[in-house]
Amino acid sequence: MHIEIDEIAKEFGATAALQPVSLSIPSGALIALLGPSGSGKTTLLRILGGLEEPSQGRVLFDGVDATGMRVQDRRAGFVFQHYALFKHMTVFENIAYGLRARPRATRPANAEIGRRVTKLLELIQLPDIGKRYPSQLSGGQRQRVALARALAIEPRMLLLDEPFGALDAKVRKELRGGLRHIHDTTGLTTIFVTHDQEEAMELADLVVVMSMGRIEQVGKPADIRAKPQTEFVREFLAA
Amino acid sequence: MADATFSPMTDSALTLASRPRATRFRKATEEPRWFRWTLTAVVLVLLAVLVLAPLATVFVEALVKGIPAALESLGDEDALAAIRLTLTIAAVAVPLNALFGVAAAWALTKYSWRGKAFLLTLIDLPFSVSPVVAGLCIVLLFGANSAIGGWLVATGHPIVFAVPGIVLATMFITFPFVARELVPLMTEQGTSEEEAALTLGASGARMFFTVTLPNIKWALLYGVLLCNARAMGEFGAVAVVSGKIRGETATMPIMIEIFYNQYASVAAFTMAGVLTLLALVTLGLKTALEWRYADQLSASGRH
Ligand SMILES: Nc1ncnc2c1ncn2[C@@H]1O[C@H](COP(=O)(O)OP(=O)(O)O)[C@@H](O)[C@H]1O
Ligand SMILES: [Mg+2]
Repeated sequence: MHIEIDEIAKEFGATAALQPVSLSIPSGALIALLGPSGSGKTTLLRILGGLEEPSQGRVLFDGVDATGMRVQDRRAGFVFQHYALFKHMTVFENIAYGLRARPRATRPANAEIGRRVTKLLELIQLPDIGKRYPSQLSGGQRQRVALARALAIEPRMLLLDEPFGALDAKVRKELRGGLRHIHDTTGLTTIFVTHDQEEAMELADLVVVMSMGRIEQVGKPADIRAKPQTEFVREFLAA
Repeated sequence: MADATFSPMTDSALTLASRPRATRFRKATEEPRWFRWTLTAVVLVLLAVLVLAPLATVFVEALVKGIPAALESLGDEDALAAIRLTLTIAAVAVPLNALFGVAAAWALTKYSWRGKAFLLTLIDLPFSVSPVVAGLCIVLLFGANSAIGGWLVATGHPIVFAVPGIVLATMFITFPFVARELVPLMTEQGTSEEEAALTLGASGARMFFTVTLPNIKWALLYGVLLCNARAMGEFGAVAVVSGKIRGETATMPIMIEIFYNQYASVAAFTMAGVLTLLALVTLGLKTALEWRYADQLSASGRH
């Protein structure tokens, strides 16, 4: 799905989390929002997911204005920074949650739900953990379960907030490949937030560098490396 | 292991339990043996004198003329009316306060808005205001001499010296219990699980019943038990608003006072015994909960 961000701004009281920003995200792209802490990455992601209302501007999904669309209707697969798995539910029930939440008319039968959850568990390469609880999983496993839960609703886009932030270096590398694989098999427009430039450069088709609520530069990793457009980008990449 | 030496008493007790005996060594927080024993003995004696002895007296006095006499005193019409009234009051006030408590905790923890700190203080108010003052406020507000009260009495729905007033007074006194149990827990849990449910398509109600409620259920139950114990035992505020009409507005604690003042000692102590038993059941349930769900309750700042 093609996503158009049109002059979106967000204020929290007196603080401007986002200056008016505009960005066009082609369908099927894998995008990184890269920037230091507090640069407005999460805020932008949450506005796309419908968890935050912009102070001004519009969001268009495939050319249709979706600014006022309810979060439930957006079908945005959201992976939260600390995964936000439902701790009192098994992995199976976590992944099935979105399917069970559907109105009766479109809710799959129990057997079908079971089939889909099993398939998703295979996709994240953890076929045998359906009966476990989130507290019994490693950080990397939790992240993959969160991804599967988001995919279960057959989302139109995938939004991930620092998906590798809480993991150690070795697991991060592994899971990067996992996200790339899932993006390539589903073809979903995918936006992930990171403050790690190596991660952004290695994984994304297009990197959006942000600072203080502004977009500093948008480009392919190689182009950004070769031709940093602003002082900030140059310094940030050098760091 | 060395850093456990500096952790507070409760933590070191926990680490001790999970560690093999052989590696046990003296901690900075651990006093000499004679001191611990003396301290424990003092506490036990105090407990016996201050808590157990009076409790035992209640039952001894109730049964001093035998079980039949005690049971007969309970068969008194006014006594039965008091028990019914107390159970009714608890049945109305506790669920309402559970509801309000969840709503207040929700408003305090899941949104950010101006005046939050003020609401938090307001919730604690019943703990710091004397119950008698609370009762007087209700009398002033809804009594026959006030504008609202006059109208209510004229239309045949009096609040003061009637059951609604007792419910109001009880609710005022017990309002903090549920909210106070929930606020720290819900603050710690944050909103991300709720948000996850919404992004997965759940309606607000579905989110509440499948995500929020399961996450707070033990703390909620715990708060409800405390609220219930206090609701049944409240005397001061109820004494003011009820008018102490036998058989009509006299709750169990009020009826105990009435019996006692009339030198109906067996009746007074039997009623007190029943109230105590109700409290002990609550305490038992509370302890069972604490024991079974210690980890989830400790998140709410207990222990
Ligand atoms: N709910 C909020 N209330 C107030 N300020 C917020 C809120 N969310 C974010 N902010 C502020 O907005 C700015 C951008 O935050 P955020 O989007 O989380 O940045 P990032 O994800 O890039 O670290 C920060 O200054 C942050 O303090
Ligand atoms: Mg962030």
